[in-house]
Amino acid sequence: MSVAAAPRAGGTGWRAWLTTDTPGSRLQARSVQAYLAWLGFARNPLAMLGLAIIVALILMAAFAPLIATHPPNVQNLRERLLPPGSEGHLLGADELGRDIWSRIVYGARTTLTIVALVTLTAPVFGVVVGTAAGYLGGWADRILMRITDIFMAFPRLILALAFVAALGPGIENAVLAIAVTAWPPYTRVARAETLTVRRSDYIAAVRLQGAGPARIILGHVMPMCLPSVIVRVTLDMAGIIVTAAGLGFLGLGARPPLAEWGAMISTGRQYLLDQWWVATMPGLAIFVVSLGFNLLGDGLRDVLDPRGADR
Amino acid sequence: MSDRDVPARNAEEAVPPRPAPRRGWLGGGMGLPRAVGRVSQTALSLVITFLGLLFITFLIGRIIPIDPALAVVGERASQAQYEAARHALGLDQPLLKQFGIYLRDVLTGDFGKSILTARPVVEDIARVVPATLELATIATLIGVLLGVPAGVAAAVSQGRWPDQLIRFLSLIGYSVPVFWLGLIGLLVFYGKLGWVAGPGRLDVSYELAYEFDVVQRTGSILIDSVLSGAWDVFANAVSHIVLPAGVLGYFALAYIARMTRSFMLEQLAQEYVTTARVKGVPEWRVVWVHALGNARLPLITVVALSYAYLLEGSVLTETVFAWPGLGLYITNALFSADMNAVLGGTVVVGFAFIGLNLISDILYGLVDPRAATRGGS
Repeated sequence: MSVAAAPRAGGTGWRAWLTTDTPGSRLQARSVQAYLAWLGFARNPLAMLGLAIIVALILMAAFAPLIATHPPNVQNLRERLLPPGSEGHLLGADELGRDIWSRIVYGARTTLTIVALVTLTAPVFGVVVGTAAGYLGGWADRILMRITDIFMAFPRLILALAFVAALGPGIENAVLAIAVTAWPPYTRVARAETLTVRRSDYIAAVRLQGAGPARIILGHVMPMCLPSVIVRVTLDMAGIIVTAAGLGFLGLGARPPLAEWGAMISTGRQYLLDQWWVATMPGLAIFVVSLGFNLLGDGLRDVLDPRGADR
Repeated sequence: MSDRDVPARNAEEAVPPRPAPRRGWLGGGMGLPRAVGRVSQTALSLVITFLGLLFITFLIGRIIPIDPALAVVGERASQAQYEAARHALGLDQPLLKQFGIYLRDVLTGDFGKSILTARPVVEDIARVVPATLELATIATLIGVLLGVPAGVAAAVSQGRWPDQLIRFLSLIGYSVPVFWLGLIGLLVFYGKLGWVAGPGRLDVSYELAYEFDVVQRTGSILIDSVLSGAWDVFANAVSHIVLPAGVLGYFALAYIARMTRSFMLEQLAQEYVTTARVKGVPEWRVVWVHALGNARLPLITVVALSYAYLLEGSVLTETVFAWPGLGLYITNALFSADMNAVLGGTVVVGFAFIGLNLISDILYGLVDPRAATRGGS
């Protein structure tokens, strides 16, 4: 980095460097932009609450062995269905005497795995298809968008169910089924963004410099789509978590010993009226996490994509 | 309906953002050739969407790890028997030809036989659909009757507590899993308070009464029992449907209230509202007659979409409440690896979904000619 990018000696340090209106380098300009966006974001208490929930979830998953009070899969039939607070079981014990709190902590790993895998597949695929359709136009656009519409017209949960039924239960198949049903909205978002920039001067300039379609799409169109896609992904996370839990609840997600929140609710169902905590606690976890993603997504939208804010 | 929360967001996009004021029931000033062109274009895209839907379910049916021919003849069959079975099932044909056969079967109403019930899937579905429709309809009624006034109240008091309350309720609607909310509802209102009846459509003691005293005309217990004057059966059915319909209706309410709010905000900012106020029209009339009148037609499309999502959300709700509808049928079929039934149910829900989307598109085209000329995407 150039000398100008370093914090100016004698000024007020990083803060001045981050809020200057005459950035000395590209890095500084971007940092200023990011810092101002962060200030805007941090002013929204609900968005900060969402961020806190998600950070807590990630920490919980990362340090699960330290946070959990019991091993998640060890059965102890003498302690089966103990109520919350008894014999060291913070949230009670399930039908096999396993500690519910510990299983929720480990279940955070399952949830994050599903979310991460879906995030790595559906939006990427959707953005590639959407930018290609929007930039190329004509027949390519019509065919790609028609296929997108077909997937869009499908009820998502039912399609995911049919996929998992055909492929067999398991986390990987659940992820695949959710990803197959989750990409079309990203295609639409990316296409809409592409249509707004494809005629702009900077694209024409890049084209005159001899860049081909692939280079233009990857290097100059896709970055423009990122803010709205990121907002969309965050808002979709809640839906992904709830859908994954639904598949788990129906017995089509994670297979038994693995701690998964939806499957935990499903086993708790049998004991609902007498041992309410078995089904209630994992549901609360799903609710809190998906609320966190919704709050975070709303906050991000206000900062990154103000046009969509009034929806 | 998580699944609702998921879908509800999609639905928000599906509704074009800016409803125009009404201009006569055909949208005003459109030539006949243009209308014909639009109808044929809509029909074409509809056909393509249907074919795409069927092709996807067809492919899903082909990726099952179980070899259907092997399942018919068994492990110890000779090669000749195996080949014969493959031929009989059409599995030796090229994929496209197999799809043609599948298409012909589906269009003639043949989804194959269910392994679980040993009856044609179509008959099974016809038997369970009324229960789902009954549930989804009551839920939509709850959503409309409470959601529209709530949305109007939120728009009128923008930023104040009714608005915040609606925002809070719809945020919960987007975050809570429908099956969990259903279980909590059962725990509180059935288990602890005893205000409503438990899972199922009727108490066991009323099922016989329903079989013998009630003429089954529509398959909806509520309607049939009223038509037959069996008020005790009706009362029991009501106490069973209140909770599942309330849970589903909550998701419809959250979505409809939110959309009503944004439609109303848009209308209330228009100049005709100011004009009406200046003329001295009472405020309630400006809000409920002038503004809501113009927000009403886009709202119909929202209601159609929310109905479609309720059909989908019923899969999990019906499982929780042991409600013998299409959703429960599909999930039961899943566990018996009854692919004919699963795919048949999927196709029916998909058709209903596309149909409702189409209806909302057409309604929208009638209200707002701009939406029609944009080509709907």
